[in-house]
Amino acid sequence: MEQNHTKRQIKVTRNSLFEQGYLDEQFSQLEDLQDEANPNFVKEIVTLFFSDSTRLIRNVENALESYPLDFCKLDDYMHQFMGSSSSIGAKKVKNECTQFQECCKAMNADGCIRAFQRVKQEHAVLKRKLEAYFQVSL
Amino acid sequence: MCDQRARMLQDQFSVCVNHVHALAVLVSTFHHYKNPSVIDQDTFAEYTARTAFERPLLSGVAYAPRVLNSDREDFERQHGGTIRTMANKEPSPHRDEYAPVIFSQETVSYLNLLDMMSGEEDRENILRARSTGKAVLTSPFKLLGSHHLGVVLTIPVYKSKLPPNASVRDRIEATAGYLGGAFDVESLVENLLGQLAGNQEIIVKVYDVTNTSDHLIMYGRQTQEGDLTREHVSRLDFGDPYRKHHMTCRYLHKAPISRTAITTAVLGYVIVILAGYMFYTGAIHIVQVEDDFDTMQQLKVRAEAADVAKSRFLATVSHEIRTPMNGILGMLALLLDTDLSSTQRDYAQTAEACGRALITLINEVLDRAKIEAGKLELEAVPFDLRSILDDVLSLFSEKSRNKGIELAVLVSDKVPQIVMGDPGRFRQVITNLVGNSVKFTEQGHIFVQVHLAEHSKAVQDAKFESCMNGRSNGPQSKTLSGREAADDRNNWDRFKHLIADEEIPFQVLTSDGNSQSVNLMVSVEDTGIGIPLHAQELVFMPFMQADSSTSRHYGGTGIGLSISKCLVELMGGQISFVSRPQIGSTFSFTAKFTRCEKNTVADLKRSLYDDLPTSFKGLKATVVDTKPVRAAVTRYHLKRLGVLVEVVNSIKTAVTGSGSCSCSGQPDMILVEKDVWLSGDDLSNIQVSGRALKSPKLILLATNVTSGELDKAKAAGFSDTLIMKPLRASMVAACLQQVLGTGKAEQGKVMANGSVYLRGLLREKKILVVDDNRVNRRVAAGALKKFGAEVECADSGKAALDLLQIPHGFDACFMDIQMPEMDGFEATRRIRMMESQVNEQQTSGSTDGCCDKQARKWHLPILAMTADVIQATFQECQKSGMDGYVSKPFQEENLYQEVAKFFESKPATDS
Repeated sequence: MEQNHTKRQIKVTRNSLFEQGYLDEQFSQLEDLQDEANPNFVKEIVTLFFSDSTRLIRNVENALESYPLDFCKLDDYMHQFMGSSSSIGAKKVKNECTQFQECCKAMNADGCIRAFQRVKQEHAVLKRKLEAYFQVSL
Repeated sequence: MCDQRARMLQDQFSVCVNHVHALAVLVSTFHHYKNPSVIDQDTFAEYTARTAFERPLLSGVAYAPRVLNSDREDFERQHGGTIRTMANKEPSPHRDEYAPVIFSQETVSYLNLLDMMSGEEDRENILRARSTGKAVLTSPFKLLGSHHLGVVLTIPVYKSKLPPNASVRDRIEATAGYLGGAFDVESLVENLLGQLAGNQEIIVKVYDVTNTSDHLIMYGRQTQEGDLTREHVSRLDFGDPYRKHHMTCRYLHKAPISRTAITTAVLGYVIVILAGYMFYTGAIHIVQVEDDFDTMQQLKVRAEAADVAKSRFLATVSHEIRTPMNGILGMLALLLDTDLSSTQRDYAQTAEACGRALITLINEVLDRAKIEAGKLELEAVPFDLRSILDDVLSLFSEKSRNKGIELAVLVSDKVPQIVMGDPGRFRQVITNLVGNSVKFTEQGHIFVQVHLAEHSKAVQDAKFESCMNGRSNGPQSKTLSGREAADDRNNWDRFKHLIADEEIPFQVLTSDGNSQSVNLMVSVEDTGIGIPLHAQELVFMPFMQADSSTSRHYGGTGIGLSISKCLVELMGGQISFVSRPQIGSTFSFTAKFTRCEKNTVADLKRSLYDDLPTSFKGLKATVVDTKPVRAAVTRYHLKRLGVLVEVVNSIKTAVTGSGSCSCSGQPDMILVEKDVWLSGDDLSNIQVSGRALKSPKLILLATNVTSGELDKAKAAGFSDTLIMKPLRASMVAACLQQVLGTGKAEQGKVMANGSVYLRGLLREKKILVVDDNRVNRRVAAGALKKFGAEVECADSGKAALDLLQIPHGFDACFMDIQMPEMDGFEATRRIRMMESQVNEQQTSGSTDGCCDKQARKWHLPILAMTADVIQATFQECQKSGMDGYVSKPFQEENLYQEVAKFFESKPATDS
């Protein structure tokens, strides 16, 4: 009974993540990859993503402090960030990254900074949500 | 008028005078020349009486002989009476001579023996007459026996004939008597005038003016009546040179004023009055209008202020509502995340749905307010037009299916895949238009088309040759559903030009890379209730629906179109519509987007373009449809999946066509429209003829299907699948996957997408994954491991090169392209260089240098991992020596397709 309840809660939480557009298909593909041989695959990937992305965010933050802005470098970091986020299917973060890269292309420093704020925000939100999700599911 | 009267009077008078003359001659002849006289009183009386008509003006004539005093006694004796005076008829006193009347007309018989010389007037007259020998007249006086004024005419009668130049004395001597006649001027003139018309109005007066200072009146009253101003005076000549007479005539009444004069005067007066009135009213009006204008202007200023205030208010309020609404929605979402009973969940979900509806409405109002305040700005981000249209269609697919409306979208091939613009606003406009169409359409179709504006215009301008290209199109088959549409230009005639392959001069435009802007022409055509003519002008006004009954019936705020209009204008386009009541409306708008730079496209494609599966590339399909427009839509969606499409209009043609033309090959699938199928085409022959080779998949396309029909379809051979409209590429893809996937399994052809096959292909293959991104690397590795491959990872191009030093045991390499230091292209080039070096060494010292196993040339399959699925990247991949690419993140079908190229033969050898 208790287990049933938990299962449903996990499902609901997960679905809400999808419904609210935090995650996309890719995440479910990751889940598909998870099997007996790899029981913690998703969690592992996600953890990897967050440690990686935290580093990348720091990099971007540093890059944004330098003047003049090195758009090439920013674009590079962001490309990596976007690659990771699309790998785990973090839809919202990915979209924000797209915006950021847009601004990079346009050499729009203000835009970059604003976009980066949003990236960070989405990233933080996702992190919180996923942490909550994994706490429940594990 | 007066002269005429005077002449008449004068003529009559002279006639009388002449006659009296004649009488005088008569008397002289028969009384004096004959002796004894043959005339006596009786004869004279009778004669005069009988000739009286000749003398209408004379009341009577009488003859008085000249009797000297010496002869008086003889005379008196002879006539048996005494000579009497005229005054008192007494016997006359002694005089030198007398003129007693002896003959008299009966009318004046009372004159008998009266001495004419006793009367003052008569005496003068007689004296004058005998001295002149002519007829003379007295001045007017009261006649004896009547009270009328009259004049007495006296004519002398001579005893002997007088020479013409006889002296006065001779005349007196010769005088025998006097013939006299009384003109009763008054009554006679009256008689005369009585014969003339209009005598009532004219006052005639006859004066004796012998004495110029004292005019004696002969006729007429002395009173000064009548119109004195218009008096006419005419001279009268009664034959007596001594006497002068004249006649005055005047109108009794004032001269009657002429009718025209009166009319003119009246009209003039009226005109003047009218003109005056007009000026007056005009002036009043001008003043009033000026006043009104002032008032209006004040009102206008106030209204504008109110409008601004309203917009501001709306903006503020909607914003203020939105904030708590977001809170509510957020909380509801959180609530839904918690553990709820099903009833609670239902309540919460309903609340959330309502909240979303409300926030949509608020957003609309806010948009409107923002637009009015000019605060709305459009984004410029790259987006995929087609997928947006697909999304919009999917929104309405449920509704349209329920209503049985055919909903379709078609984007011209010439429209770029990715354009820069505001996808949200574009979607909003489309959603609004399609939403309206769905709302107001009960049957028929809704058809969304996107073309390049230049192209669309070029086609519109071009003269259509009306030949049908051999197609037999009934007039009713020219629109999507066959129902008439409002904009008849939008039928197949024009449409086929739009979708015609790139032969239009427009080509110049597309090839011109500099042209950065893309003008799109979007039209949404429906066969709904249309817009009443009177409401057509109001359509784009905010909060206006055609009429209030419409909003009662269909709901809605009527704000959508006005927002759409503003948005379209913000996008640099225009919106317009053609609508015919009961037939439908076609809304079309243009919008300006910018072309996306190539490299941007490459980067963004992955995120923006929901990759359609590419596994259908090269498949052949036959679409059976009698309606060319609908067929074009089907073709468009299939083309997006890379499927080659042939359109035929009957199932028979589909079968025979595929049978006879061997070069084109058997179609992999046949898509049949429901109504074509229902119209009675037999499917069995496909089954029969198809079974010889491999049977093409039969797919039924339908807008709505009843369960009965579905059963029938299954029975008829559509066991494979049914695609429900509206068509969307992704949905079609899913359906095809379902159909073909199972189909392939049956036929044992290696074309399926099941992971089973991948597993088979990749099992125990050693694969190197090169990616600098840990996460990506991990994911890729995980995915490949799942399919049974052994995966090794490298985090940079350099590391990969180290691992790939020949000889190595890898069966394939997945290479990320964008990496720091050494990117995928560079790494691949180096790998290929190494391989070719080794291969050369092998060939040089081949013959027995190496083992047989290595006799094959080294060629490691290298697959790029990339998000750019476009041709340019692919070419670059090939240039640097890669064998293919897989999209990142991995998608099974894609991965399978690429991997299959290299390993396809191997499972066979393995097994």
